[in-house]
Amino acid sequence: MNLFEISGLKKNFGDRTVLNINELTLQTSKIYAVLGPNGSGKTTLLRVLNLLLAPDSGWIKFMGGDIGISQADRLSVSRQMCMVFQRPFMFRSTVFNNVAYGLKLRRVAKPECERRVNEALDFVDMVDFAKHSATRLSGGETQRVALARALVLQPRVLLLDEPTANLDPGSVQHIEEIIRKYHQEYNTSVIIVTHNLFQAKRIADESILLINGEVVERAYTAEFFDHPRELRTRQFLDGTMVY
Amino acid sequence: MEAAVSSLFAQKMEILEIVKMSLQVSGSATLLSALIGIPLGAWIGLSEFKGKRLLLRLVYTLMALPPVLAGLLVYLLLSRSGPLGFMELLFTPTAMIIAQCLLVTPIITGLVSAGIAAKEGLIFEHAISLGASKTQATWTIIKEARTGIIAGIMTGFGRAFAEVGAVMLVGGNIRHMTRVLTTSIVMETRQGNFEMGIALGIILLLLSFMVSSIVLSNAEEFSLK
Ligand SMILES: Nc1ncnc2c1ncn2[C@@H]1O[C@H](COP(=O)(O)OP(=O)(O)O)[C@@H](O)[C@H]1O
Ligand SMILES: [Mg+2]
Repeated sequence: MNLFEISGLKKNFGDRTVLNINELTLQTSKIYAVLGPNGSGKTTLLRVLNLLLAPDSGWIKFMGGDIGISQADRLSVSRQMCMVFQRPFMFRSTVFNNVAYGLKLRRVAKPECERRVNEALDFVDMVDFAKHSATRLSGGETQRVALARALVLQPRVLLLDEPTANLDPGSVQHIEEIIRKYHQEYNTSVIIVTHNLFQAKRIADESILLINGEVVERAYTAEFFDHPRELRTRQFLDGTMVY
Repeated sequence: MEAAVSSLFAQKMEILEIVKMSLQVSGSATLLSALIGIPLGAWIGLSEFKGKRLLLRLVYTLMALPPVLAGLLVYLLLSRSGPLGFMELLFTPTAMIIAQCLLVTPIITGLVSAGIAAKEGLIFEHAISLGASKTQATWTIIKEARTGIIAGIMTGFGRAFAEVGAVMLVGGNIRHMTRVLTTSIVMETRQGNFEMGIALGIILLLLSFMVSSIVLSNAEEFSLK
């Protein structure tokens, strides 16, 4: 089954084309890493996939169906995915309530909601923080709560935007473990934007390089790093790329 | 002796009456203003339209509307020859409430819209991404802006409770009718009863302090709900 099929996708800001993807097909149950220099359109891609931004042209299919047609469709489609933002915003309430937020939107009954929130908090090792204020957490803790807030919804796909940027190595490892473990247990698809090449190597099945909004190369991660086909990929990996 | 005691008692009752009138007038004005200002501020903060900047500038200007001017406007509106003169509201508590509404509504509107606009895009995207409908996301933004909303209500009430220009003009400081704390202070001072004026001033400050403490402690609790 294809998770996403993208064709002729373009997104402009003003007169600049920020995203320009001819063809890209992603399968379910895989972890994809999206790499690329700053400003190459990685976040924009995730926002388009999450239906937060409408593309200017082209189409996207999600699980075989066109997305973004009617308002009702949009909601039912967007409820099957979840994005964790680069700088997660914590609602001004407890950690517990932050994680319960999406379940409450879906009118999940209270006992089930409580059970699932506690499960999710346990999954990210934040059970002890349930009653803490979510706006006073460290960077690593905030990211873990943001992850729990997404995981608890059991989405088909997790869209993660640089979830470990600016974290210490211990927290990075912790978060990678959570992602890997969740992926294994629930078979959820993951698209992770990252600056950290080692991270891509460690967790991704496939890696995708985005430069100036275009997909330059997409390959199995081992191949991507060991035998890149494109000159620009080699330059990007060597750090000799001229932007 | 008996006469002295009963006069003291009567004076206390009168102060109580004045305090009650102050709270009633300013409380009603704040409530009414909140009913108008919260939705209006939320709407301005959440939507994009032509003339939004101009409207905001107007609201910010009205936030500093001099109370006497508000009083004058309402006076002209309600005076016998004015367009609403037939309602015979001048020199009644209702007139005072209307005048204070004019002062408080822009304050609440302005602070609510600023509070909402501050993080609106960020919260909206998070809410939508977690599965909110547009209505649910809007509601989340309003809930997140509660500090701004509470600040707006408190600032508005404080302004109404402490102003004298508007209530003096349209209320007239009539004993047992429209006399409130601030207008009594003016009157006592004019008559040379400085001690009474100071005492009333202290009551006014204490009440302001109590009201904001109650509101704030409830807000703290609410924020952890
Ligand atoms: N809302 C926006 N309005 C205008 N330009 C934007 C907006 N969002 C992103 N951009 C621009 O689009 C380009 C790609 O941004 P982004 O997708 O955030 O890149 P990345 O995540 O790869 O660093 C950048 O040049 C950025 O300045
Ligand atoms: Mg980015």
